[in-house]
Amino acid sequence: MLSNIGSILIFCILSSSLLIICNSCIDIKIKNQLIKKNIYNLSLFQTTATALSFFTLVAGFIFSDFSMINVYENSHTEKPLFYKIAGTWGNHEGSLLLWINILVLFSYLFLIFNYKHNKKFRLYTLIFQNFLIIGFVIFLLLNSNPFSSIYPIPSEGLGLNPILQDPALAIHPPLLYVGFVGCSIYFSAAIASILSEYNGKQFALSIKSWVQISWVFQTLGITVGSIWAYYELGWGGFWFWDPVENASLLPWFAISALMHSVMVLEKRNTLYEWVIILCLLTFILSVTGTFLVRSGILNSVHTFASDPSRGLYILIFLSLMILTSLIIFFKKRKRDTYNFNSNSKETFILANNWFMIFFLVTVLIGTLYPIFLDVLTNTKISVGPPFYNIVIIPFVIPFLLLMAIGPQTSWINSKKNYLFKAIYILVGALVINLFLFFFFGNYGLYSNLILIVATFLILHSIIDVKKSLKKKFEYPRIISHLGFGFLIFFIGVNYQHSVETDFNLRVGETKTTNNYEIFFENIKIKKNKNYKSIIGDFKIIDLKKKNVQYLNPEIRIYDKPETLTYEAAIKSRVNSDLYLTMSNVSRSDFYNIKFQNKPFMIWIWISALMIALGGIVQLMLKKNEN
Amino acid sequence: MLTKKVKSRILFLFFIFSISAAVVVFILKSLNQNILYFSTPTEINQREDIILGDAMRVGGMVKKNSITVNKKNIQFIVTDFKNEILISYTGTVPNLFAEEKGVVAEGKLKDKKFFIADRILAKHDEEYMPPEIKQIIENNAK
Repeated sequence: MLSNIGSILIFCILSSSLLIICNSCIDIKIKNQLIKKNIYNLSLFQTTATALSFFTLVAGFIFSDFSMINVYENSHTEKPLFYKIAGTWGNHEGSLLLWINILVLFSYLFLIFNYKHNKKFRLYTLIFQNFLIIGFVIFLLLNSNPFSSIYPIPSEGLGLNPILQDPALAIHPPLLYVGFVGCSIYFSAAIASILSEYNGKQFALSIKSWVQISWVFQTLGITVGSIWAYYELGWGGFWFWDPVENASLLPWFAISALMHSVMVLEKRNTLYEWVIILCLLTFILSVTGTFLVRSGILNSVHTFASDPSRGLYILIFLSLMILTSLIIFFKKRKRDTYNFNSNSKETFILANNWFMIFFLVTVLIGTLYPIFLDVLTNTKISVGPPFYNIVIIPFVIPFLLLMAIGPQTSWINSKKNYLFKAIYILVGALVINLFLFFFFGNYGLYSNLILIVATFLILHSIIDVKKSLKKKFEYPRIISHLGFGFLIFFIGVNYQHSVETDFNLRVGETKTTNNYEIFFENIKIKKNKNYKSIIGDFKIIDLKKKNVQYLNPEIRIYDKPETLTYEAAIKSRVNSDLYLTMSNVSRSDFYNIKFQNKPFMIWIWISALMIALGGIVQLMLKKNEN
Repeated sequence: MLTKKVKSRILFLFFIFSISAAVVVFILKSLNQNILYFSTPTEINQREDIILGDAMRVGGMVKKNSITVNKKNIQFIVTDFKNEILISYTGTVPNLFAEEKGVVAEGKLKDKKFFIADRILAKHDEEYMPPEIKQIIENNAK
């Protein structure tokens, strides 16, 4: 029943897309500034149909309608309601439907909110956005239809992977999806801008908010994913340089570059071509990331149960997208004249873009190189975190310096007096670093440099707060840059001063290590709704500070599907996190313990959220202006 | 004669070009020093040119009844159904680590039959198997 409704709704989306394209093509030839009413109506109808199709699937999950293969494979009657709902987008088919939802929603919102802009430009955007929608709907129908039915109807579902039954993972995909799929709208707008020759400042204004929205969501999505990995994977790290994490970082670099250069286009009416390239690149990288994750060619912690035919379809679609955009770009492009003064804001923003592109290229090479090598020589390799550390860290140092100085300059041509200020602040940063050095003890040259430049950026931003009390428009930049400075600072300290030990213990035994005494007091067994847990009682005595902490890691035994998971016990405090995981293999008396003390963990999350907050503040300020 | 404008443009292009070239060389060089090769127990057994002590990855299936735990570490045998290797590891095992399941270990070879792992890779999905291991099983089934 639900599966029929769903299928009908999918066909509604597809046919309304076709109708929108036809109507827009007719309307585009009429020379006036008003878009025909029926295009608005069709678009509204399409949005409603898409939303309904999504709710139909959610209903299928809530009522456990196992006549749909997707529900059967990913749900179970005994699962808590929250995870039944979250399970909707926790699988490939459901998440693709969410993807289409965002494509359609952004298409509609762009149409109604940009009423001030050129008609031809808006219609072309709508046409290309609908081509994208058609492409993904066909993909959904061909091999990932969430509404496919199954006969005979099974009486019970297979259940959702227990690792995914987690609040962070319930919100992580929607956030990332709005971030990644949101890029589609300015991909379409960029092509539309070339075709309709609606360029320069007006174009920048039309896409600016959309870039910011998707940037905020991407930043939040990546952060939440990282938090999830921290407490769920039991490894205690927050960034793995795993290919899938890299896939999410690639569009983020491109979009961060875009967010900065769009300002140059708005204020100085230059860099138009570069902005177009970044618009195209951001969405292309988002789809590439999806291709890498869904096709299963990457060996990663994320991998969805994969299917090569999915990969093939996305690859064909991706190539078509790249080819079309390149052809249009090179056929229609207009030469810009660049007239930059080396001591101006636009030059600094350009420098930001070079760094972003450098980071992007590094991560791209590190991620794709193993695939190429495997295809060409059949050698299987992986690229580990040391590669990224070696290549990226040295460049982060000048990057942070420029990030602090750049905002001090003015457009077109600026005076050099900000350099004196920079020198004072640099001295301040050095002094602070000296204090840190005495406080924490020895660490390497690199970390020292990183901490100095991070402090430099933080001090610069804090001083700017005072300066810009009257200039509201500076707030977002200050918040985000400050957040970035803090992020690098805390990562630096965290990296240097984390303590980690691994050992095996039996119940009742004690282990003394690195100023900590760890006493394994007892184990308890507890029965929960859909799993059984073995809870360990640990008493941690800090020998230096003489305080006692209790930690309770868990081993969970889920019934449907039967799986073991290990839940870390984390005690988050202001200055550090205590992190303990316990596992047990082959039912031996010994429990494997990993104990960590990680300084300033919550500050890493707070800094990352602060970066996103800058974007949110900017959107709110803009709303107040209108 | 080239005008001043053209000259400065050529200089600029040359500058950009050499910087990008240097950056690419730097990236590729670091890449070469930091790749981890993936091997199966059979490959380790047969290859002559393996350097002991280099970081690498080993993958296969955890052999049934081969896991032992003592005070210091966990040991288990990884097999590709032709050859085996003993792996020693200290720390907690990731979710979904079990006998007769695929596993990838990262670490160093002590000798051709003994591997010390610093990390065992976690997998997301109970149905999922690393592509490398899937291929081993397919090859050995033939």
